[in-house]
Order: sequence, then structure tokens, then C-alpha cells
Amino acid sequence: MQCLWCHEQIMHETSWKNLLLLDGKALLCQECKSKMEVLSGKCCSRCSRITNEEVCSDCRWWEKQSVEDPLMFNHSVFNYNAFMQELIAKWKYRGDYFLGNAFKEPFVKSFRKKFTFLEKNAIAVPIPLSTKRLTERAFNQAQMLADFLPIETCAILSRKHGEKQSKKTRYERIFTKNPFAINETINNPVVLVDDIYTTGTTLRHAASLLKEHGCTRVYACTLVRG
Amino acid sequence: MQPKKAPPDFTNQQLAKRFSGKLLLRNEIPLNEALFQKLCSANLFTPSKSIKRKKLSNQCQRCNNQKQSLFAAIPCQSCKKTHLYCRNCIEMGRVMECEALYLWSGEAPIWPSLEDPCSWIGKLTNVQQQAANRIVNAIRNKEKELLIWAVCGAGKTEMLYPGISEALMQGKRICIATPRADVVRELLPRIKSAFSSTEVAALYGGSPDKDATAQIIISTTHQLLRYKEAFDVLIIDEIDAFPYHADQSLPFAANRSKASSNTTIYLTATPRSEHQKQIRQKKLPHIFVPVRFHGKPLPVPLFKMCFDLRKELKSYKPPTAFLKWLDHRKNPKRRLLVFVPTIKLADKMKDNLTQILIDKQILSSNDSLCAVHATDPDRKEKVELFREKKIEVLLTTTILERGVTFPSVDVAVLDAGHIVFDEAALVQISGRAGRSPDDPTGEVLFFHDGKTDAMVEAKNSIISMNKRGGFS
Ligand SMILES: [Zn+2]
Ligand SMILES: [Zn+2]
Ligand SMILES: [Zn+2]
Repeated sequence: MQCLWCHEQIMHETSWKNLLLLDGKALLCQECKSKMEVLSGKCCSRCSRITNEEVCSDCRWWEKQSVEDPLMFNHSVFNYNAFMQELIAKWKYRGDYFLGNAFKEPFVKSFRKKFTFLEKNAIAVPIPLSTKRLTERAFNQAQMLADFLPIETCAILSRKHGEKQSKKTRYERIFTKNPFAINETINNPVVLVDDIYTTGTTLRHAASLLKEHGCTRVYACTLVRG
Repeated sequence: MQPKKAPPDFTNQQLAKRFSGKLLLRNEIPLNEALFQKLCSANLFTPSKSIKRKKLSNQCQRCNNQKQSLFAAIPCQSCKKTHLYCRNCIEMGRVMECEALYLWSGEAPIWPSLEDPCSWIGKLTNVQQQAANRIVNAIRNKEKELLIWAVCGAGKTEMLYPGISEALMQGKRICIATPRADVVRELLPRIKSAFSSTEVAALYGGSPDKDATAQIIISTTHQLLRYKEAFDVLIIDEIDAFPYHADQSLPFAANRSKASSNTTIYLTATPRSEHQKQIRQKKLPHIFVPVRFHGKPLPVPLFKMCFDLRKELKSYKPPTAFLKWLDHRKNPKRRLLVFVPTIKLADKMKDNLTQILIDKQILSSNDSLCAVHATDPDRKEKVELFREKKIEVLLTTTILERGVTFPSVDVAVLDAGHIVFDEAALVQISGRAGRSPDDPTGEVLFFHDGKTDAMVEAKNSIISMNKRGGFS
């Protein structure tokens, strides 16, 4: 097996550990794996941003915007370092679908650790792409991540129109109309899934729509904190 | 929204110049859907399967990848089927089984035939002129292949000018392919000014000229993956270099890009053994250019034993023997090009070396030493700074072993016995010294803790090239 990223042959160290666990299916080599930085240590409890504060300034700002923040919290698995930026760019923009499998194991592991409290009927909802973008890319990266999780996935959201988020200013992004539509109502707890948490606006648009339609609690689990 | 302008009407000849000789995905053809469909139904574009499924292995029709580990399945939301895509050439845009590759099948492009295309006013040396004449003959007589074995610093680009002129006079299309984008960028202004009335375009990953319609194309070898039966004259620079040997798809692409009647010129300073063998067996016509354009011999490397090399490198310190040599350089005004075997060493030794060189008053400040390596985003700028003499010392991995020319440098290789320094690399590295007519010599030192065959062979090959050049 070759490393999905650098194509180096992956050496499987024979140790008692992997003899017992039989985890012979590494997709990245040790060197590449070590460049993926799992977020640990001091992070904002609401959004996973690296900070010494319990709740970061961004999240305090969000708290002031409405009576109740529609999002309970966001949990991000990795720091968005240079290596993750390259990996995600190749996966998402170049469209190297299979590369996404390299995230599976750490993403699921981190999810299990963080969401131990979650009820059994919780549902993963991926942030949708516009139809145009989905046709271009041929896959939705958020859907791929959601499908990794050990809970049921329901793609109940869709995008109303395909305006590019990144082209707008922060103000525009935050105060524009909700870009999402909901196709089905559910009253289960929901974990929204996306590849990246940047300002948190996208996830909050999705969360408030879900709550308006009867969801009790909405969390977010994302691959990286941008 | 601005109202969109009506598409301009292209003549078939304009389209032929833009698209003939290319093998493209739909999203690489910047024409609106209506026009594209019209051209398809007129059979001016012919679609073909992008991935061929075979019994035992599949085959990407763009890059010829047949390694199963470099194909993956994608549950495609565009065609709603799960099918293959090619991971090997994905940096050039994803090839998916459900999308076709398009080839221009309309009329052939007619390139201008110029009477006197060359605007270069320099003069070739006698040795260069002989090689140039040989290239002209090869093109005139439609010979298939010719290898130019020219030592580092022979002035091979200028030697090509008469051949390129000959091809332009005959209305041929020419491509100069080279492994590195750095070299493409360096060649572009030179070729443009040498052939000022001909259109010249540069192609490399991220280059602005993607949709090039030029008669002369300067391209990284990778970009040739988008061409098919395009070039009447193909000049392949650094035929011995990485990545031709590492990536099977590159020789495949180079070969496919040749027009049916084609002359291919190979350039090398350090031919690989298979080419040397073909030369000896007289299967590959060649011409040898053993003298640098300034007429001085190649600098011969000196070996310096370093007993504590492992220990020193482990703590990212420059070898003691190297520091000693610094105190006794023949011409301390020359700038320093220091090669190390790994990126890690380049990064980690940088601060130590800077401090030592400041203490020795070789460097005036912290920022007159830079470290570069392949994944360095500022590599282009740093190389430029060194070339413009704005920095004194450049610490580098093998990425600067070839193609780039700096005036008046001394060259040191730290840990020259490392496996990355093969014979060809060491010959190329030695060839970085003594490039300037004002300072045609330069010191080359290999610091090692046990000489390798590669080091010895590199030195012998330099000595033998000097002999063939009439120096003893
Ligand atoms: Zn926060
Ligand atoms: Zn391919
Ligand atoms: Zn498809």
C-alpha cells in the first residue's frame, strides 16, 4: 500500500499493538499522518478555536446576536495548518474523492470522544452544496464526512441558490437571508457536518432553520477550525 | 449582473490554432455550450473515452496511468453512477470515466512561414555554431532524433536559435519542454526576444497562458499531457533529469505530443547510461559540445573528508572542514551556493550557519542568507534575489542543481556522499560554478565522510569532458 498523499510505500511496523489490533489499513504514511494536527489543549468550548479563554471573543459576539445561539457548540477535529490546507484543497477542489478516506479514522475517533453524551436517535446532517457545484465536484465533501459517523445520515438540507460564500464580506455573510431550505422535518437532535468552521455563519443558518422546524438541539462537527 | 457579451465568431482557422493538437476535458475548452455543441455536431471536436477499462488493468487516456492503485472509485453525483477517476494526473484537472476527452478534428492550423525569424544579434562560438548547424540539418532533413551532449555552461539555448529559425521558416510548430517551471520562466523572455515576430507562450502549473495558441510553446513536461500530435519540432531539455525517470507518464506524453513527421532534439549535460549506450552503438545520432561558451574548462570538484560529519549534521551544524575552507577561499568575493541533501537540513542548519557566517564577517546581516527547497512557496523570489546579488549565501536542496545560472559563485556540497547526490546531480551541481565570463572559474567542494562511487564518477566524468574539450 502506498501513502495516498506522498506515494511513499507505507511500512507497517510489526509491533504487538498492530498485531493485536490488525490495523493494517493505514492510508497515509507515518510522516504525513504526523503532519495532521489534532486540536487538543486550550480551545474555545463553543467553537474549537485555539485560545486561552473558556469562550472566545467570536463566540461571545455570537451570544449577543440573539436570545439563544441556535448552535450548542462546534467541535473541530484538526487545526487548519498548511498541510491540512493542501490535503483539503486536493480532496475538495481537485476532486480527489478517495483522499477523504484518510480523515475517516481520526474524525470518527474524535467524534466518539466528544459526543459521548449524544442520544441514540441523533442524526448527522451534511451542509449541502448547490446543484451546480455538486455537478462540478461530483461529490459533497460534507456528505462524505457525515457518512463516516456512527449515526444515521439524513441529507435534509438543500441550497436555495448557489451564491459563493467566500465572495461576500463578513457582514454580508452574516446578515444575508438564510441560504438553506429544509426538505423534511425531524425532531431529533442533529449534528451538522461540514469540512470547515470559519466564521460559523453557515452552520448557524443551517442550525436556526433546523430549530424552526422542530429540532431540539443542534451541534456541529467539522474537520477543521479555519 | 452585467449582460453577457455575445460570443465572438471564431473562424475555423482561429479555432484550429487554439485547439488542434490538444486532448482536453470539456472544462478545459473555454467555449460556451451552444458553440461547443455546434462544433461537436459538425465533427470539429471528436470525443473519446477518458478511461479505458481492460480485463486486467484500466488505462487513463490522458496520462497512460495503468497502476490500479492510482485509480479510485467515486460515487459521482454528476452522472449518478459509481465509476473510476484517475489520481495520477489529477493535478491537471480530474479525468473521470463519465467525461470524454476532446480532440480537435477540424482543419489543420496554418502557421506563418517567416523569412528571417531570428532577432537575436549575438554571435555563436565556433563550437556552438557546429552544434547549431547539426541541429539545422536534422530539422531540414526531418531526422527523427538528435541528442546534444553539451557541458553545463555551453550556452545550449543560443545553440538552438538557428534550428528554431529553420523550423519557423518552414512554418512548423515548436515546443521546448523542460522538467522545471523555474526554467520555463527563465526561458520565456529569452526566446521571446530572440524571435520577436513569433508568438511564444509559456505553460506550467498555474501559468497564465493556459489557452495558448502560440507557434512556439515553452512548457513543463507535465503540461505536455494535454497535447496530442501537435509539434513538428520537439526540444526536450534535461532529458536525463528528474522527473522523466520517476514518472512514466512524462515520456508517454512527450511522445504523444509529436506530430506524425517530427524531429526531436534532446539536450543533456549528463546523459543517462541508456543514452550513452545508444550513442556507443550508434543508434542515437548525437553531437558533443565539450567547451563552455567562455572557453574555460569545467571546475573540477575537490573532496574534503569530514570525520565528525554525522555528529555535526545531527546537531544541524555545518562541518568543521567546511568552516576551515571558508577562511581560505581563493576569491572570497564570490557568493556561496551550499547544497545539502534534505529539506530538513536546509531548514534547520540555516540559523546556525547564518550565525557562524556573521561571526566570520562573511555575511553582513541575518537576511543575506536564504534557505530554499522544493516546497518553499517563496522559492522563486529567493532564487531571484540570489541571482541579483541581493543575498550572499543560498542554502539549497538539489532543486537548484540544474537549469538556473548564477554569476560568480563557489559551490559546496555538504554530505556529498548522501544517496540523493548521484553522478548526474553532482556533475550538474559542479557546473553551477564558473558560469560568468568575468569570473570563469569557481571552487567546487564535496564535503563527505567516505567518498562514494557517484562522487568519483562525477569527478572522472568532469575531467574526461575537459579532456575532450582540449584541456589537459
Ligand atoms: Zn469560540
Ligand atoms: Zn490520468
Ligand atoms: Zn460520473
